[in-house]
Amino acid sequence: MSSKSQKSVSKKDLYRDMLLIRRFEEKAGQLYGMGHIGGFCHLYIGQEAVVTGMNAVMIEGDQVITGYRDHGHMLVAGMDPNGVMAELTGRVDGYSRGKGGSMHMFSVEKHFYGGHGIVGAQVPLGTGLAFANKYRENNNVSLAYFGDGAANQGQVYESFNMAKLWNLPVVYVIENNRYGMGTSIERASSTTDLSQRGLSFDIPGIQVDGMDVDAVMEAGRKALDHARSGKGPFILEMITYRYRGHSMSDPAKYRSRDEVNEMRQDHDPITTLKEKILDDGDIDEDGLKQIDAEIRKIVNEAAEFAQTAPEPDPSELYTDILLEETA
Amino acid sequence: MPIEVLMPALSPTMEKGNLAKWHVTEGDEVNSGDVIAEIETDKATMEVESVEEGTIGKILIEEGSMDVAVNTPIAIILSEGEDAATAISDTNTNTTNQDAAETPTTEIIAATEEPAPLTNQVEITVREALRDAMAEEMRLDDRVFVMGEEVAEYQGAYKVTQGLLDEFGKKRVIDTPITEYGFAGIACGAGMAGLKPIVEFMTFNFAMQAIDHIINSAAKTLYMSGGQMRCPVVFRGANGVASRVAAQHSQDYSSWYAQVPGLKVIAPYSASDAKGLLKAAIKDPNPVVFLENEILYGKSFPVPETDDHIIPIGKANVRQQGTDVTIVSYSRGVEYVENADVELKEMGISAEIIDLRTLRPLDMDTVLTSLRKTNRIVVVEEGWPTCSIGSEICSSVTNLAFDELDAPPLKVSGADVPMPYAANLEALALPTTNQIVEAVKKVTYRT
Ligand SMILES: Cc1ncc(C[n+]2csc(CCOP(=O)(O)OP(=O)(O)O)c2C)c(N)n1
Ligand SMILES: [Mg+2]
Repeated sequence: MSSKSQKSVSKKDLYRDMLLIRRFEEKAGQLYGMGHIGGFCHLYIGQEAVVTGMNAVMIEGDQVITGYRDHGHMLVAGMDPNGVMAELTGRVDGYSRGKGGSMHMFSVEKHFYGGHGIVGAQVPLGTGLAFANKYRENNNVSLAYFGDGAANQGQVYESFNMAKLWNLPVVYVIENNRYGMGTSIERASSTTDLSQRGLSFDIPGIQVDGMDVDAVMEAGRKALDHARSGKGPFILEMITYRYRGHSMSDPAKYRSRDEVNEMRQDHDPITTLKEKILDDGDIDEDGLKQIDAEIRKIVNEAAEFAQTAPEPDPSELYTDILLEETA
Repeated sequence: MPIEVLMPALSPTMEKGNLAKWHVTEGDEVNSGDVIAEIETDKATMEVESVEEGTIGKILIEEGSMDVAVNTPIAIILSEGEDAATAISDTNTNTTNQDAAETPTTEIIAATEEPAPLTNQVEITVREALRDAMAEEMRLDDRVFVMGEEVAEYQGAYKVTQGLLDEFGKKRVIDTPITEYGFAGIACGAGMAGLKPIVEFMTFNFAMQAIDHIINSAAKTLYMSGGQMRCPVVFRGANGVASRVAAQHSQDYSSWYAQVPGLKVIAPYSASDAKGLLKAAIKDPNPVVFLENEILYGKSFPVPETDDHIIPIGKANVRQQGTDVTIVSYSRGVEYVENADVELKEMGISAEIIDLRTLRPLDMDTVLTSLRKTNRIVVVEEGWPTCSIGSEICSSVTNLAFDELDAPPLKVSGADVPMPYAANLEALALPTTNQIVEAVKKVTYRT
């Protein structure tokens, strides 16, 4: 259907992508604990299969936009771990030259549109990216990721209405990790099947096991095909789980340790894929260990880079406020 | 190499914490993700997870240790093949907690508060003062209720509503979804129907989602209805610059709200003012925007030990008498001023320090009285300089007391930029002691 080719992604690539996110986030947590990262830092650990699977079925030029829990989205988009980590430490070699931090990074080159701190704001923005795709007739789809908590914001429904009214090529990926900060979805939402939230706008949606990268890819293909073929928006509700607190300073007393352990032990997306790979016999334990070692090296280098890169020059305080170009 | 587990920083502002509990003992195996300890901060108890795999070789900080500084080694994890003996000798050089924990605490400059109250004073934090104000008013008036994100079961994102759910129950302490525009509107409607809602915004950055209701529904209703309909809602939450949270989470909205007829706007500094003014705000029949400050939540001040401590809205407070210059500020700006005052004193400059406390209506009488004495004025604010509270005061003093001025009024404001994340840039974006001292030198012609 598309002139731009779909990527060919092996299980090994998926494993690598997910492991990179996991190890990167663990390292970020560690650096935060040591005081090298400040402010808010929201880790993606547990949710790796969602962005990894979706990324694997996108085509060149498809855009991604998300909230503040954005490190995983950037890493699978092919953004440089050094640049991401250096932004976390507020250094000039970070993606936003140290001015954005964990929640605000962007890469136009990799079609990653941020990195937004206001819950729900990325939904109309992502719909606007889709608007531009349709306007340009470029055959690309935009993916707007948001949380179960964000799914209640009013601007989400204003966007749904216009997206369907104008049949915009957008896939809404709801990352339902069961909690918005300390509030479980049951305590925040009158109906909890978020895949059906587009019903009154005539937007189809499905629930997906977001802990299983294969399931994510299958659903992702369906949704992207739908949007790309001119039928308008599609909603994917990814049932997933975050292992860590909402941000680094969240004691997470609103859920039991057993609940977290159960997800970790029985539904971990990386372990599940690892078992599949070993069963298939494509790669053996040693092969996987080698990948582990490679990833650790990348992550350690990123951490090193992020701690040694210089802080932005004081003059940067007043740059990038307005463009100087004239028409 | 044995790996040292360090005392982690669990929030942007944490410097030390208590090691409440160990979940492991020496010799236990740990995997990445296992909970190994519990750490208490002033806000919460947090679990610490291991990010390493191995065996606990040695526990360096005993369970129950208080005030352990961030980055102090608390345990040693050994990887395969390492033994505890080497680990211990490796860390012998590392004398532990007590020394490291003694980070100097900043002294709080004694406030020259209003006429010494007759009641006993207790030291409480701004956070506790705000909670007490709400609890006392809720006991007095059953029309008062609190709603907002995480205010009930989580006890407040910044723990300001701690304990309110227990005392007042779910009917009056209400967790909302993340839907600011909607619940601010619902509060306005409930207020029109005669209830007295307190809306907590997790921070005022998110009140931008709801500002239409604050202004169009709350502020204008009395006027539009020819005096018939009221909208007595208190909109409260953290405003201003927090620590390292970047442009979308770090902004001072004081002048935005202070511009709106039909609102009262309060921005206290001390715990006593926070309590007395929040009580006044809840009792007030008008919509009130109550701007708190996250960094001040944990700061302690003396507060009168009584449940009818009310500070009138619209009255500034002279925190320190002086003769050479009037320095006006509000909210955390007062802290900047008091820090700078240490240097001014060394230079022999006597500053009169005024805390505005209320931004609308603005107490120009107190400012002008002071100006008649000092003939020089500097305004200090965290917010952006254009169309700011400082701009307003400078304009008013030139209008109302031009002949009293021996120097042009000056303002020291936050930098005219979105808040940057990088630590060094963030520091440059805030008013500094040096800028305040320079401004004072300029108006007193000491340069
Ligand atoms: C408009 C707005 N309100 C409140 C917040 C504070 N806040 C940040 S994240 C969050 C929870 C969002 O939960 P969810 O959408 O489920 O995403 P998750 O964090 O679980 O990925 C809240 C309340 C915010 N950033 N923006
Ligand atoms: Mg969530």
